[in-house]
Amino acid sequence: MAKITFIQHDGTEHVHEGKTGLSVMEVAVKNNVPGIDADCGGACACATCHVYVDAAWLEKTGDKTAMEESMLDFAEGVEPNSRLACQIKIADGLDGLVVRLPESQH
Amino acid sequence: MTSPDAHVVIVGAGHAGGTLAALLRQYGHAGPVTLVGEEPIPPYQRPPLSKAWLKGEADAESLALKPLEFYAENRIDFRPSVSGVRIDRQRKVLVLSDGTELAYDILVLATGARPIRLPIPGAGLEGILELRTAADAEALKGALGPGRTMAVVGGGYIGLEAAASARALGADAVVLEREPRILARVAGEVLSTFFRTLHEGHGVRFLTGASVTGFRGEAGRVTGVELADGRVIDCDLALVGVGAVPNQELAQEAGLSVNRGVVVDLEARTSDPSIFAIGDVTLRPMPIYGRDFRMESVPNALEQAKQAACAITGRPAPAGETPWQWSDQYDIKLQIAGYNFDSDQTLVRGDPGSGRFAIFHLKGDQVQAVEAINSPPEFMMGRQLIGSRRPVDKQRLADPSISMKEVAAA
Repeated sequence: MAKITFIQHDGTEHVHEGKTGLSVMEVAVKNNVPGIDADCGGACACATCHVYVDAAWLEKTGDKTAMEESMLDFAEGVEPNSRLACQIKIADGLDGLVVRLPESQH
Repeated sequence: MTSPDAHVVIVGAGHAGGTLAALLRQYGHAGPVTLVGEEPIPPYQRPPLSKAWLKGEADAESLALKPLEFYAENRIDFRPSVSGVRIDRQRKVLVLSDGTELAYDILVLATGARPIRLPIPGAGLEGILELRTAADAEALKGALGPGRTMAVVGGGYIGLEAAASARALGADAVVLEREPRILARVAGEVLSTFFRTLHEGHGVRFLTGASVTGFRGEAGRVTGVELADGRVIDCDLALVGVGAVPNQELAQEAGLSVNRGVVVDLEARTSDPSIFAIGDVTLRPMPIYGRDFRMESVPNALEQAKQAACAITGRPAPAGETPWQWSDQYDIKLQIAGYNFDSDQTLVRGDPGSGRFAIFHLKGDQVQAVEAINSPPEFMMGRQLIGSRRPVDKQRLADPSISMKEVAAA
């Protein structure tokens, strides 16, 4: 289990527990967190679960896959700490993870 | 805008209906929401049924759009195993299959589509399956396994995805397609050839120009598929995937405007202002192509759920989206943006033999659609070009040494 904080573009915070093995995207969607669309359900096909990983957590969330990098390259408002939430798997080391959401996923 | 305490009744608990119920709460709708579903389980994702789920890489929990407790926690009255049978528009009442009458202020039809069944001899035999619901997928998974042979009737995406999953589970697969090539209705020749070669490399057999006339069976179970030329293809199970038709009867009998789908506008509203329709059941305007059509895709279901949720809660209408869809087969990710309407040229960027290329369909110098194989930049940028209607330099587009960003910037 890991506690994850999602911060919406307007500053609203949502804190939810995620089971190990789920993705950060799944935790957001199953808890109805606004701002993560996840059109493709985690197939890394749509880039609508774009998040900004808090600087303190960048290392622990690991590297982007080639496919993810390629999709993100064309998303709106991409920053060096951009990730697709469907590609970050929850592990014990991610307890306390903080991610920020972009204004729009489309 | 609807009154904040309006009772919204959603009939159909698929991807569209389930998403709308959640969005209504996300957008602050305070009134009662009732979600009526024919299946015994809460809304789930259908796309993995032919892919990850079939191969055992996803479970029921990961398929569910929301956990069951979400509905009660968010005051969504989820009613499983019941369907809508009649709409009384005068009294604003939906009559359910268990006889219950549900009074609504706003009714949303999210009844989806159903697989076409072949009206041919033997179609009622055991072991003849279709793939739409979780129960269908469960039956298919139970019938597959090493040494089994699955005949796939219809060489469309569902059939091909199931064939790929069958091979992963050690079963044999033979695809029977009536047209001269697979994917004939949904893709161009280059893509058809690519996928046939890909599947053949994984041991899938194909018979094209094969018209299925009946099923053979023993002791009530299917043993073979009969073709018009007299051949019989032996099998242990047959998966029929020959397209779907919209579940529009409820709307039709209520006198709503229906034309190969329930006719809606860009707010997802039907010809009755108190009734919306979303997802596979609708015939909707597609402004970038200047026409109306019916789409069977998750992105469309989500977009229309957003349109309806915005209209019901008085939010500004969401920006139009460029339609897209995807398919996973073996290690190939196919991403399609747009629909190939009115194109006068097909342009292949990259080498199909490399397993990484994209097919652009153009009308003049505008991109109408793109089919991208393991090529996210072509998909992402192609999708933007389709939406913006910006002209492209075709020579540069055809040259993979020029990046998609540079192509689009020109």
